[in-house]
Parts: sequence; C-alpha cells; structure tokens
Amino acid sequence: MTLLDFARGPGFFWAFTILIVGIVWRLSGLVFFRWRRELATPREPGLVAPVSGGLRTVIMRSVPPHELEKNITFQHFTGYAWHIGWFVTFLFLGAHQPLIRSILHFGWPNLPNGVVLVITAMTLGILLTLYVRRLLHPVLRLITDMDDHVSVLLTIAPLVTGVAAFAHWSLFGLRYETVLAIHLLSVEALMIWLPFGKIFHFVTGLITRFRLGAEMMRRGVRA
Amino acid sequence: MIPQADARSIPTDAPLLDALAVRGVSRRGFVKFCATITSMLALSPELIPQVAQALQSARRPSVIWLPFQECTGCTESITRADAETIEQLIFEAISLDYQHTLQAAAGTAAEQARQDAMRANWGQYLLVVDGSVPLGGAGFCTIAGRSAADILVEAARGARAIICVGTCAAFGGIPAANPNPTQAVPVSQIVRDKPIVNISGCPPIPNVITAVLVQLLTFGELPQLDHLGRPKVFYGESIHDRCYRRPFYERGQFAESFDDEGARQGWCLYKLGCKGPVTYNACATVKWNGGTSFPIGAGHGCIGCAEPGFWDRGGFYDALSVTHTDNLEEIALAAGAGVAVGAAAALLARKKQHAAARAGDDGAKGELP
Repeated sequence: MTLLDFARGPGFFWAFTILIVGIVWRLSGLVFFRWRRELATPREPGLVAPVSGGLRTVIMRSVPPHELEKNITFQHFTGYAWHIGWFVTFLFLGAHQPLIRSILHFGWPNLPNGVVLVITAMTLGILLTLYVRRLLHPVLRLITDMDDHVSVLLTIAPLVTGVAAFAHWSLFGLRYETVLAIHLLSVEALMIWLPFGKIFHFVTGLITRFRLGAEMMRRGVRA
Repeated sequence: MIPQADARSIPTDAPLLDALAVRGVSRRGFVKFCATITSMLALSPELIPQVAQALQSARRPSVIWLPFQECTGCTESITRADAETIEQLIFEAISLDYQHTLQAAAGTAAEQARQDAMRANWGQYLLVVDGSVPLGGAGFCTIAGRSAADILVEAARGARAIICVGTCAAFGGIPAANPNPTQAVPVSQIVRDKPIVNISGCPPIPNVITAVLVQLLTFGELPQLDHLGRPKVFYGESIHDRCYRRPFYERGQFAESFDDEGARQGWCLYKLGCKGPVTYNACATVKWNGGTSFPIGAGHGCIGCAEPGFWDRGGFYDALSVTHTDNLEEIALAAGAGVAVGAAAALLARKKQHAAARAGDDGAKGELP
C-alpha cells in the first residue's frame, strides 16, 4: 500500500472515525454533565428572553468590544480574514468538490482556481503573521501553551501542503502523489486533533456563547 | 497482419534490415524509424546512424515469451491488427522462439521448441513475461504439467534480461487484486538476480516495447529505469504533466459529467476520476494507434493502469481527492461509541461533583438537583 492509498483509505477512515467519536464523546459529556439548578426566578418568563439574549451575545461577542477596539482590531479582523479564507479554500476549490459531494451527496459550483489560490495565499500569509506575532508578543507568549502551537500548526499545514499539491511543487524532491498524500494526512491530523484541542471551538464556540447569553439574560444581565 | 507465409520465409538468423526488406520496408522508412526511436529514447540525434547501423547488422535476438496469468491484452496490443507498422515489423522480426498464444506448435513440440531455444541461446536470450505468477498452488496456472513459477525460474536462469510486459507481470495487476485468490505476484518477487525492465500498462504502449528492444540491440544495455523498474524515458513524467487538458485544470474548469458542456469543451476530467496526476506513462505524448489518441483524448479519464495496485485504489470514477471510504455503519458505530464514552465521562464527573457537594468543597452544596 502506498502512502497515498493509505491516506485515501484507512487513514481517512480512522481520522473520520476519531473525529466523530471525539466530537460525540465531548458533546455527550457536556450534555450528561450535571448542570447547576437555577434557584432564582427568571427576570422574564418564557423562552423569548433567553433566546434573544443568547442570540445577542452570539452577535456581540463576534465584534470587538468598544472598550478594547483600539487594541484588538488587528487581531480581531485578521482572525476573521483567515477563518473565511480557510473555509473558502476548503469549500470552493474545484479539487475539493468531489470529496464534499461524496460526503454530503450534494455540492455547489467551485470558484476559479486563480481566485482560490489568491485567497489561500492571503490566508496563509495572515496565519503565519499571527503565529509569528504570537511567538514574539510578550503577553501572547505567556498565554500560549502547547495546545495553541499544535492547533495553529495543524491549521497551517493543510494550506501549505495543499498549495504544494495544487501547484505540483515537489517538496524536497518528492513526487506529486507523495505530496498529495502528505496533504491528505495533514488534513487527517487536523481531523484527529479537532475534538481534543482548542480547535474544538469549531463545534462549541457558538453554542457556549448562546448559552452564556441566555443564562445571563435569565438573570437580567446583558452579557 | 503480415501473412503467415511471409513471416515464415525469413530465415531466423537473417539481419533485421533483410527481414524488413522482405516486408517491403524501404531503407528511407527504416532510417525514419531509427530517427523516431532515437528521439523517443531522448538520445542525441548524432546517435541516429549508430542506431541504424546496430539495427542493420543485428541478428534477430532470440526471445522467449512466457504468458502466465494474463488476458492476452498485452499480446493483442503489440500484435495489434489495425495497421501494419514498422514497429510491428521490428517486433515480428525478432526470433520469437516461444509464445504459446501465437505459435503454431502445441503440446510437447512447443515445450521442446522452448527448451531448444534456451539451450541454443543460453545466457543471451531475452525473456519476455506477461501475466502474473500464482503462488497459491500449481493448479492456478499450469503449462505442460509444470507450474508457472517453475517455468519462470528455469527460463530466467539463462536469460540475458527479463522484460515484464504489462502491469500483471510488472506489479501483479488484476490477478493480484484484492483478495488475490491465486496469491499472484509480479516477476520481480520471484526472480531477483536478473535485470528486469517493467513495461507497465494494461496494456502497455507497443512503441515502448519496441524502443526498449532497440535500445538493447543498439547499445547492448537496458535503459535507465525509475524506482519501479520502468524506463525513465517513457515513465518519467505523469500523464497529467503532459496532458493537453492541463490548462483547464489550472483554471479550475472541470467536466462534471461525461455529457455536460464542460466535457464537450474538453475540460479537465479530474472530477470524473482521472488518475493522470498520479500515473506515470507516455500515453499523453506517444499516444496509441499510431499516435492517434489516448483515453483522455477520447473523453475518458486515465484509470492509472501503469501504476501498482491500480485495481484496488477505489473507484475509477472517484476523483483523487475523494477518499475511498464509505463505511457508514462503522461511522455510526463510532458515534455510538462516542456517546457511550461521553456518558461514562459525565458519570464519573457527576460522582466527583456529588462527592464535592457532600464535602462542601465547592460551595455549591444544595444547588445540585
């Protein structure tokens, strides 16, 4: 079995299995966890208030808080930029469409390769800049742990290997099929890591924001 | 095809040019052929006279051809009946002393011919093999009461070199596809002490076989080989790299089905499962049927037949970016396992919470339901 056969077959199967087990494991752990009983009477009865409070928090936490705007604007908007770029690359590159279609059984038109390539290059540039900044910034360095390093590098790896595979660059003299296999394996590594690292915010980010907003609204607090 | 009577009229030890003259091939045609072959082998044009001279004076080399677990597609490719070509004449002008699909003799006479040819040309004959060799039992492929592996080992002992024609002989091919009921193996797993050239493909391009023979006749040595034992000059670049549809790949213009507008416009067949990017062969340059076309030119993606294990690499119509995993039951089981593990983790956490609440450690006593 070649590396590419492994990456396309058992490698993907096990990565996908671990991804599913991990996500379901962590979510069901949260669901079955004993929740605190709310003893206080809700400020407003019914479901409208907590739902609106939850949605409000989801939105408000998605823009920089006014008080910190000057200090975090760069990080905030570059963060948005690379997230969007990463997903545009994943969802709209022509070569990815067959994979998406094979999983979802439906698809959508791809963007021209030239457009996706520019977006990918910008995304990669932003990610690398933010990572270098994280390494050099004294405060960010203090709050950076191994989880951050692994999460960032596993997010960058599919872009680097993907560009190499797309452009048929023979990284270190490797043949195309090996570069393609490394690209697939880098995605599989990300899939395996996703449920267990900080990238799990991909699943819980909006849910926790919503719940926090709903709970705070119940107490009459705007979060 | 050449009439059988003509073929038989050429003495087996006649120089190649004489044999070609009998077939009506002019000297000019012969020189053109030499130039073409020299170019195909990526040799300097200065070597054309050397190629021509070597071929003119070459005695027809003895070739013993052993077909084992094969479909005769490789033989059909080489002896194709669509047109009489100079390559075909070159091929037929070798002294093919044993090929049980093509030869008239059968049974004991055929086996005797092989033994005689081997004795007469010991250490000098070329052994051509097509088809894989079963190790699962003699019954899977037995010729004149002997297993394929026995015959191969015996014939290989006196061979100057072995040319594996087709993916079955080179890599096991379809007979070795999962679950490989005959335990088929390629020649290289049985013979390890002889030079082996793998001319893979299902079937391989006939010109490639001709070129390898010419290289041997001219320079007395095998061509430079890649890591899979294939002539680099023909297998050095992927089909994708030389595909005329490559610009459409670069632009992201793909045919979505075999009859859509993209297909009619000749766009890239990547999404329809083309394996050109991971297949190394000369189909896109040398092409087939006298340089007429090749599968992608005919509107079908490459199936990667020149690569090992091509039969077991997922669907021919699945794009390379598609993983060949469709185990929904296993994924569903995995999700169930995830729920169980999550519930167990939550249960443990609950116990800790209870213990903490009882001990009053977390100041949350009484808040738990």
